[in-house]
Amino acid sequence: MANSLKCDLCSQPATVHLTQIVNNKVHKVDLCEACAQAKGVTDPSGFSLADLLLKASLNPEPAGDVRCKACGFTQQDFKKTGRFGCPECYDYFQTILEPVLDTMHKGVMHTGKVPQRALARRSFYERLTQLETELDQAIKSERYEDAARYRDEIHQVRQASGRKQEA
Amino acid sequence: MKINELLDARSELTDTAASKSAVVLMTRIRLARNLTGQPFPGWAKDAQKREIRDVCLQAVASLPQMKRGLAVAVDELEDLEKQILVERHLISRELSHGKTGTGVVISKDQSCVVMINEEDHLRIQVLRAGFQFKKVWHAINTLDSGLEEHLDYAFSPKLGYLTACPTNLGTAIRASTMMHMPALVITGQMEKVVRAVNQLGMAVRGLFGEGSDASGSIFQISNQTTLGETEEDIIRHLTGVLNTIIEQELNAREKLLETEANKLFDKIGRAFGILQNGFVLNSGEAMNLLSLIRLGIDLGVVSSAPRAAVDRLFIECQPGHVQHAARGASEPGQRDVLRAERLRTEFAKVPPPDFSNAAQ
Repeated sequence: MANSLKCDLCSQPATVHLTQIVNNKVHKVDLCEACAQAKGVTDPSGFSLADLLLKASLNPEPAGDVRCKACGFTQQDFKKTGRFGCPECYDYFQTILEPVLDTMHKGVMHTGKVPQRALARRSFYERLTQLETELDQAIKSERYEDAARYRDEIHQVRQASGRKQEA
Repeated sequence: MKINELLDARSELTDTAASKSAVVLMTRIRLARNLTGQPFPGWAKDAQKREIRDVCLQAVASLPQMKRGLAVAVDELEDLEKQILVERHLISRELSHGKTGTGVVISKDQSCVVMINEEDHLRIQVLRAGFQFKKVWHAINTLDSGLEEHLDYAFSPKLGYLTACPTNLGTAIRASTMMHMPALVITGQMEKVVRAVNQLGMAVRGLFGEGSDASGSIFQISNQTTLGETEEDIIRHLTGVLNTIIEQELNAREKLLETEANKLFDKIGRAFGILQNGFVLNSGEAMNLLSLIRLGIDLGVVSSAPRAAVDRLFIECQPGHVQHAARGASEPGQRDVLRAERLRTEFAKVPPPDFSNAAQ
C-alpha cells in the first residue's frame, strides 16, 4: 500500500476513516486506532467533530511560521492546542483561519449581538484621545484658536457621552 | 453568601416546581466573552490570570443579578464543594480542576453563573428547569449587557465575539437542553437520533457534558455552530429540532405501550421495588431506576411522586451530594449504602405503581 492514509492528528497509519455530513457539507477525517479512541470517535454519543476538523484541515499544510505580534502565539501552538493565544491572534492568523471557518460554521460573517455600549465607550475614548493629541499639538505650535476649538469639542464629546468623566 | 450556605440553599434545579415538562429537564444558555487586549486563559501567565480574575470577579459580583450570591476564587474551594457544583451543572469539570486564576460567581437562586478563566475569560451561563429558551435568553442577554457596562469585550464587527477556540466564534453562544429520553433508549433508536442531530449541525452529549455517559437516559443537546446566524436564529433552529426529538420520544413511548406494555411495566415495577427495598445502589444504577420512575410518572402509573422530586433526586444521588448529605462518608461503598437508604426513605411514602392508569 504505497499511499496508505496517515492519521490526521499524529501521522501514524490511519485505520479509522470517518465521513460525516454537517450542514450539508461532507467532512472526512482519517485517524489511527489510538487517536480515534482518544477522541471518542467510537462512542457516538460523546463525539464532536468540530475540534477534529479544525486540526485536521490545518495539518496537511507545511508548518507555517505565522506568529501573533501581540502575544507571541505561533501557528505551531495553534496546531497543538486548537486554541488561540489572544483576541489579536485573529488578525495575524486570518489567512489560515478563513478557509477553516467556512467548514466549521454556517457563515463567515457575524450577524448576532453587538456589544453596543462597549463599542460606544471605545469609540468615545478613541475620539477623546485623538482630540487631546490635537489639542496638545495646537498648544505646542501656539495655534490658540484651534486649541480653544479642540477644548470645546472635548467638552462636547464628554457631555454627549452622558457620563461625567473627570478631566 | 458562603459556599456551604449555597450548597444547602434551595436552588433552581433542585427545588423548582417548574418541571412540568415530560422530556426536557433543563434549559441552559452559555455565552463566552473575553476581555480585549488580554491573552486568553490558556496562554496567559499566572500573574495575568490572577489579575484578570480579580477584575472580572469584581465586575460580575457587582451586577444586580448576583446580589447576595457567591463570588470566589476556585482554589479556595474544597474538592467536595467543587464536585457538588459540577453535579448541579453550575461549573464545568474543567473549571473544577481549579487551575491558577480561576473564579466563579453564582447567583443566590443558582440560576446564573459566571465562570472566570475557564477556556475563555468569562463563561456566562443561565439555566432554568424545564423547556424555557425565551426566558433563559432574555435573562442571559440582560446579564451580558449589564456586564458590558463594566468590561471591554474583545469583539470584531466581522467575526463577532472573539473566543479562545474558533469553534465558538461569533455569537459565542451554546444553547442546550437536558433531555430525558428513556423510550428512545429502550427501543434502541438513540443512535439514529444522535446521527440525525449531528447532521443538522448540533451536538449530543451525556449528562455531564463531553465524554460523559448517558446514565438515566439523559442527554444534552446543543447547537454546534456559532458564526453566521443570530442568537435568536440559533435558538429557533435548535428549538425546532428539539420539538421533533420530543415528538419522537413521545411516539416511542406510545409504541412501547401498544406493543410491549408488559415489558415496560415490568421495568418500572422492578425499579420501584429496588428503590423501595434496595440496600446498595451506585449512582449509575440509581439514575437508571429513577429514570424509569420518571417515565412511570409521565405515563400516569406512578401517581403521587411529582416529577420535580425525581429531578431533584437525579442530582442528589450524585456522589458529591450523597457525601455532603452524610457529612463525611467518603468510601464509595459507604456512599452506595447511604444513597440506597436515602432512596428507601424517599420511596417508602410513595404508593406502588398502578398500571391500570397507564395513559394510552
